[in-house]
Amino acid sequence: MSTYDRSMALAGQPPKEISRNQKIATLIGLSGLAIILLAAFNVSFPNKALWLSISMAAITTGTIWFSWEAYSKKLPGIKNDGVWFKSISSQGFWGWIAGIALTAFYIVLYFYPEYLGLVKDGENKGVIALFDPLSRMLSGNPASQWFVYGTLYTVAILAFGIKFMWKYRHNRYERIRTMSVMFFQTAFAFIIPELMARLNGDKILNGGSLPYYDLKNVWPLNYYNFEGYRIKSFLSSGDIGFALLIFGILSVFVITPILTYKYGKRWYCSWVCGCGGLAETAGDSFRQLSDKTVKAWNIERWVVHSVVVFVTLMTTAVIYSYLGTDTSKYWLTKSTFLIGVAVLLTVVFTLVMVFKRKELQKDAQYGAIGYFVIIMALIGMHFFSGDGNVFLFKSETLRKSYSFLIGSIFSGVIGTGFYPILGNRVWCRFGCPMAAMMGFQQRLFSKFRITTNGGQCISCGNCSTYCEMGIDVRAYAQKGENIVRSSCVGCGICSAVCPRGVLKLENGPLQGRIDSNQVLLGNDVDLMTLVNKK
Amino acid sequence: MENIVIIGNGIAGVSAARHIRKLSDKRIIIISAETDYFFSRTALMYVYMGHMKFEHIQPYENWFWEKNRIELVRGYVTHVQTKEKQLLIDGSRAIQYDKLIIATGSKPNKFGWPGQDLHGVQGLYSKQDLDLLEVNAPNKETCKRAVIVGGGLIGIELAEMLRSRDIPVTFLVRENSFWNGVLPKGESQLINEHIEEHHIDLRLATNLKEIVADENGKVKSVIITETGEELPCDMVGLTAGVTPNIDFLKDSGIELGRGVKVNRFLETNVADVYAIGDCAEQHEAIGNRRPIEAVWYTGRMMGETVAQTICGNRIEYKPGHWFNSAKFLDIEYQTYGWVFSERSKKDHEEHFHWRHATEKLCATIAFDKNSNQFLGINTFGIRMRHEIFDRWLTEERSIDHVIEHLRDANFDPEFYKNYEHEIVSKFNSDFGKSIKPKKKSVRRIFNLKPQHN
Repeated sequence: MSTYDRSMALAGQPPKEISRNQKIATLIGLSGLAIILLAAFNVSFPNKALWLSISMAAITTGTIWFSWEAYSKKLPGIKNDGVWFKSISSQGFWGWIAGIALTAFYIVLYFYPEYLGLVKDGENKGVIALFDPLSRMLSGNPASQWFVYGTLYTVAILAFGIKFMWKYRHNRYERIRTMSVMFFQTAFAFIIPELMARLNGDKILNGGSLPYYDLKNVWPLNYYNFEGYRIKSFLSSGDIGFALLIFGILSVFVITPILTYKYGKRWYCSWVCGCGGLAETAGDSFRQLSDKTVKAWNIERWVVHSVVVFVTLMTTAVIYSYLGTDTSKYWLTKSTFLIGVAVLLTVVFTLVMVFKRKELQKDAQYGAIGYFVIIMALIGMHFFSGDGNVFLFKSETLRKSYSFLIGSIFSGVIGTGFYPILGNRVWCRFGCPMAAMMGFQQRLFSKFRITTNGGQCISCGNCSTYCEMGIDVRAYAQKGENIVRSSCVGCGICSAVCPRGVLKLENGPLQGRIDSNQVLLGNDVDLMTLVNKK
Repeated sequence: MENIVIIGNGIAGVSAARHIRKLSDKRIIIISAETDYFFSRTALMYVYMGHMKFEHIQPYENWFWEKNRIELVRGYVTHVQTKEKQLLIDGSRAIQYDKLIIATGSKPNKFGWPGQDLHGVQGLYSKQDLDLLEVNAPNKETCKRAVIVGGGLIGIELAEMLRSRDIPVTFLVRENSFWNGVLPKGESQLINEHIEEHHIDLRLATNLKEIVADENGKVKSVIITETGEELPCDMVGLTAGVTPNIDFLKDSGIELGRGVKVNRFLETNVADVYAIGDCAEQHEAIGNRRPIEAVWYTGRMMGETVAQTICGNRIEYKPGHWFNSAKFLDIEYQTYGWVFSERSKKDHEEHFHWRHATEKLCATIAFDKNSNQFLGINTFGIRMRHEIFDRWLTEERSIDHVIEHLRDANFDPEFYKNYEHEIVSKFNSDFGKSIKPKKKSVRRIFNLKPQHN
C-alpha cells in the first residue's frame, strides 16, 4: 500500500530520485564496467594499459562521486532511510538481479576462466589480457583470472570503503577500521604478494620461488598453506622462505590466540581480513538481510564448526601424505605427526571441557565430543590399517572436495554472490573455518565483549536488524546481558545504529564478562535479586 | 489453575506475562485489539523511515508465545465486570479471570481544537496510526506539507519521519523553546538549532487555533492563534502528549483518576485487579517521578513487579534512580538522576553547563549548592555508562567526585574524541575550583576488588 519509489540506489532517500549528478556518476561507473565487458567479448583494445587505467578510474570515480552526492549534503548520523524500500537492498527485483549477476560472475571466474580470456601456454585474450600490463608491472608475469579478480576486489574495497567512511563519518571507530581494511587489502593482499612473486628465482631467495602468499591470511582460511607444493617452495627459498613458513605456523598457534585474547576476533575479521573487507565495504548495503531466526543460528553453528573439522581432517591428511616413515631421514614422520595432532586436539578438548564446560550449551558439548571422537578414531585408523591411508579416503580426494565445496562454492559463489539475498557475511557466518576457530577463542577466553548499558534498551531492534552476522543483539540488550558470542566480528554497527546508546564494544576484564544475570538498572535492588533468581 | 488475563500486549503486559511464566504454571491470556504480536512501540518510526520492516520491531519470533504457553487473543475489551470477574470482548465474547492486569497504555491527547477529527489529522501512537500515516503522508506528492502540533518527543520523531520522505514540515511548539519544560535552556537551544538544521520549519511560541477542512472533510490548512496566519497542509500530526487509554473502564467500579489508580503494589481498589505501565496512576508520586510515567522501562519494571505479586511474593513497586534517553534527529540524549528545567528547578539546585564550540554536543550537571551533592546529568551527543551513574547516585557522591571521575562514565564507542578535559576545565573556571580529572580506570568502572592488598 505504500507508494514510495523503488529505486536501485544503494544510497540516498526513498522518495528522492537519484540526482542529476548521481546519474552522471552512474554513467561514468558503468562505462568503466562496459570497457571490461567489451574486452570480455574480445574487443581488442590497442593500448591496454591506458584502457585498463580508464576503466578502473571510471569505476572508482563513479562509485565515489555517487556516494559523495548521497552523503555530503546530509548531516553526519545514521543514514538508513529507505533501506527497506529499495529494491536492491531489500531482496527485491534488483537485489535478485544483482545476486544472479554476481553468482554468474563467480561461476565463470572459478570454473570457466577461459571465457574471461585465460589461455594456457599462450597469450591471454579478452578481459585477462586487458589486465596483463598491470600484472607485468607488479610481478613481471602475465595476468591470470585471479589477478583480474584481485584487482577488481581491491578497487571495490577502496571505492566502497570511501563510501562507507562517508556514510559513518560521525563514527571514528568505523572510519579507522575501514582505513585498516583498505590498507590491508591493497598492501598485503594485492601488492606485496605480486612483488614477492617478482623475487622468484632471485638470489635473495637462493634461486628458489615463494608461493603466492598473502601474509595476513592465516590457516585455516588459507587451507592450502601447508600443502606439499607450498612447503617445497618455502623450503627452496632459503632463510626467507623458512621464516615465512615459521610465520605461518606461529600465526595459527601464537599470534592469533594472543590477539584474539586481547581484542576479540575483530582484530582480524573486521580490521584485516579481505573477505571481511569486501563484506564491510561493498557488502555494507546488504547487512540488514542476514537471517536472525533461532533456526538460522542453529544451522550456522553446525555448519561452521563442521567446516573446521573438515579443514582439520583435510590438512592433517595432506601433510600426512607427503611425510615419510623413515625416522633416520626426517624428524617428523607420519606417525609422530599424527600423534602430535592427536595430543594437541586432546589438550585443547580437555582444557575446554575441564574449565569452560559450563559456558557451552548442551548441543555444543555434544557436538564437540562427537567431532573429537571422529577425529581420534580416524587417527587411530592409521595405526591399525598401515597401508598409508589415513581417514579411509585418499588425502587428495579430501583436498579436492574441500577446495571445490568450501574454497570455491562456499567462499566465492555463495559467500559473495548471495550478498544481495542472504546478507554480506554469509561466508564469514556459515563457512569460514578461521572465523569459527577464532570465535571459539573469543567465546571462551577473550577480553572482548559488547557491554549493554543498563536499562536503556527500548527493544527497537535496530541492532539486530543491522547485525551482519545475524546475532539477535536485542535479545541480550533487553535483558541487560553482556554480549559474548563467538560469531561477533566486532564491526561496531549495532552500537552505531542504537538510538539510545545501549551498546559498546570493549575489551575489559575477564571477570564477570559473561554475565547471565539480568542487570536491568533502574529497578530497586530487591526486585533485581528476585528477578535474577533462577 | 488460575486464569491470568492481561489487557494490552505492550512492554508492560508482555513483561508481566513473561515473568509470570518464569515463576509459575498459571494460565496466561493476553488480549490486544492492536496487533497479533508484541512489538516495540518506540520503534514504529523506523518502519516508516525504512530502517526496518514491521517484523523487525517484534522482539520475539512468532513461535515464542505458543512455546511459552502465553495465549494471545485479538479483540477489543469493551467491559470489565469485576463482580462476575469477567470481561467482554467486542461487547459479546466473555472471558473469565482470576486475576486481571490492565496494561492498556495511552492514547494521543486532543485538546478540543476545531477540526481535530478531520481526515488527515492524526496522532502517532499505535500501529493503526502508522498505517494511517502511510495513507495521509506516503510521499511528498500526496502530502505537500505537514504540520505537527506539540513540541515533545513524539512531535520531533514525527518530524524526522516525514523529513525522511522529503515532506516539508512545519512544527508548532507552544513553548518559546523546544521541550523547555523538561530541558534546561542551553540544551533546549541546541535542539532548536538542530531542528532547523534539518530544514524543519520550527515555529516557537505558536499555538494552533483551528484546523480547516476542504469540501471533502479533509484537512486543508491550519490557522495559527498568534498571527492568524493560514498554513496550507495535507496532514496534521497531533503530538501534544498522551493520556491513559482507560475509557472502557468507566463503569467497571475500578477507581480512575487520569489513569487507573493503583497503590505501590500496583493494586487497584478492586481485589485481583492490577494496573501497570502507561495507564497506571500512583496515588502519590514516587520521589520526583510523576504519578503517571509513560516510559518504556517503567512499564517493564511494573510488569516484573506485578508478576512477583501475582505469583505469591507481594512486593512494592520501587523504581530506582530516574534515567531516560532519546534521540533528537541525529543527537542522542541521555539523562541520569534529576536535572530540572529552569521552570521546575528548586532553589538549591545549581547547574553546570558545558557546550562544545562547534559540534552539537553539550552536558548539564545538576548539584545541590548547599551540600555539593550530585543530583543528575544530561548529555547530548556523549554516551554515558548507566551503571556508573546509578552507583554515584546511590553513594550520594559530590559534584567534585563526579567531575573528577567523569572519564570512567564515558560510554562512547572506542576511538571517539573525549571532551572530559574540556568539561573539567570549564567547571573549574565556572566555580573557581582546581579539580584534576582522573585517568579512566577499568577497575573502578567494573567495580573490581583489588586482587593484591
